[in-house]
Amino acid sequence: MNLTETATLAADNITLAHRKFTVAKNLSVTLPPGKVTAIVGPNGCGKSTLLNGLARIHAPDTGTVLLDGKDIHVLPSKEVARKLALLPQDNTAPEGLTVADLVRFGRQPHQGWMKQWSRKDQQAFDHAVTAADVIELQDRALDTLSGGQRQRAWIAMAVAQETPLLLLDEPTSALDLGHQIEVFELIRQLAAQGKTVAMVVHDLASACRYADHMVAMKAGKVIMEGPPGEIVSPELVHTLYGVHCDLLEDPATGSPLLVNMRRERSDHARCQ
Amino acid sequence: MVPNRAVASRASFPSRLLTTWLVAGFLLSLVVMASLLYGAGPVSPGDAFAALLGNGPDNAHFVVSELRGPRTMIGLVTGLALGLAGALLQSMTRNPLAEPGLLGVSAGSGFAVALAILFGASNATLTTFVAQLGALAGCALVIAATRVQGLGNDPVRLILAGATLSGLLLALTSMLMLMDQRAADEIRFWITGSIAGKPLTLLSSTLPAIAVGLLIIAMVARPLAAMALGEKAAVGLGHHPGRIRFLITLSVALLVGSATALAGPLIFVGLVVPFIARAFAGPDIRKTLWLCLPIGPAVVLGADVLSRLIAAPSELPLGVVTALIGAPVLLAIVRAGRMPSL
Repeated sequence: MNLTETATLAADNITLAHRKFTVAKNLSVTLPPGKVTAIVGPNGCGKSTLLNGLARIHAPDTGTVLLDGKDIHVLPSKEVARKLALLPQDNTAPEGLTVADLVRFGRQPHQGWMKQWSRKDQQAFDHAVTAADVIELQDRALDTLSGGQRQRAWIAMAVAQETPLLLLDEPTSALDLGHQIEVFELIRQLAAQGKTVAMVVHDLASACRYADHMVAMKAGKVIMEGPPGEIVSPELVHTLYGVHCDLLEDPATGSPLLVNMRRERSDHARCQ
Repeated sequence: MVPNRAVASRASFPSRLLTTWLVAGFLLSLVVMASLLYGAGPVSPGDAFAALLGNGPDNAHFVVSELRGPRTMIGLVTGLALGLAGALLQSMTRNPLAEPGLLGVSAGSGFAVALAILFGASNATLTTFVAQLGALAGCALVIAATRVQGLGNDPVRLILAGATLSGLLLALTSMLMLMDQRAADEIRFWITGSIAGKPLTLLSSTLPAIAVGLLIIAMVARPLAAMALGEKAAVGLGHHPGRIRFLITLSVALLVGSATALAGPLIFVGLVVPFIARAFAGPDIRKTLWLCLPIGPAVVLGADVLSRLIAAPSELPLGVVTALIGAPVLLAIVRAGRMPSL
């Protein structure tokens, strides 16, 4: 399915605070439409806070988040939910909830008090379970699935929302390598169908591999932004994570590959 | 290819729900019949049945229409309110043990009414209103407690906090009883929990509040179901968790306050009813609420019929019977090794 509808999402000079403690200051980020944006940075740099700010979970103290040019906190939440789907990190599901039950929740923004399950809801549901490849798992309870399958089911819920924008907070954080790739490839597929995706990724290597656009954060600030191939450098990696590394080009995809990572520069000299 | 499976999986469950609902409704109608035929007044089941059909002796007619009839209706409404309130509280606090009686919502309501009785209140409308205010205060305390870091995630600790609150309120109520002998008798009778001999005016004074409570449930059932996916996921679906919590709190207070005004602070009903409903309905709160509609009244009325039969010709207070039934259920849930996560 190609999404005919598009939407733009941008943070305009926002400052986000937890209680009185400022986590992120004066951030301005625009998500490139139809692309996958990865927000990266060390633990505690404010990357999840930025994503939550973009998803209107966390209201900024100053500045505005603009959805199609309008303040996201002024727009009705339900209207926002028809343009922007969110996959939070700390999601939970009651015991025994099936994949089909979960995916159906994705249609709530399109339903009203009197508007029950419609034909259009069913079409969106069918599309979502197909896209996320969970058709065979529909009747299984979430707690009986593998981590990767469960995450695909959650993504199917977000797909059923039929939004042009999709935000994911560390979608692969608890998954092993095989399941990580399973989820990242699904995310790439969704972008290929026209969705604008933003995700927090703690693994820089995956971000280099799967993102079109990268937002590098440190200590609550965006220090660099652009395609991974252009902005990722040994200097950036050192600034972000305090480690030294060398860069190669992935022969298959052309994306940057981090190699020879180490804490001390002296090792570097020895290698040469 | 795809759609058939999807449609099939949708169609199967509601029909199962309907079957369960019909079975529960049938059981409820049996309990209603039993409530009209047995106990409460010296009339045999046979005479009572004749009276229902419009025949039978005059005294049977009187007992059925003036004693057992109102008692049955009050039992139905009390069970409805407590069952729904329990299901709402459990869903909102994500705690299978959350129950108005155990968490101090009923005790708050009871204390408020005891206070009103001490100050000479006897008007049914006033009692209802005071009971609802007390329930609201109790409910607000519970919600505040679940917001304390860590407490909300631990079912047993929340119950301990609720038990502490209940204990305190009970002690305060006992203190009130020492202050005035006339009030003490009235409070003591009322606080045990009973639906015997309550006037129908009391019922009519609670109906508006119950109607509002039900309306709120109809409005927030869908967002409440989404809250089970986590607060952020609910926002992502376009809901307002703060608003939902407020409305649920209000609804629980209205329902529990009404039930307490009708029957006194009954414990365990709000635990047992959703527990049974969930066993058939599965994880979706909307289905659980539907099933609570027939199950709640059936449980309270069933317990009330038992309360008339166990020690016949005298009666046990309803509150004693619900406690006798509810305590083992609570133990069974706690002993089940791991608590079901809601």
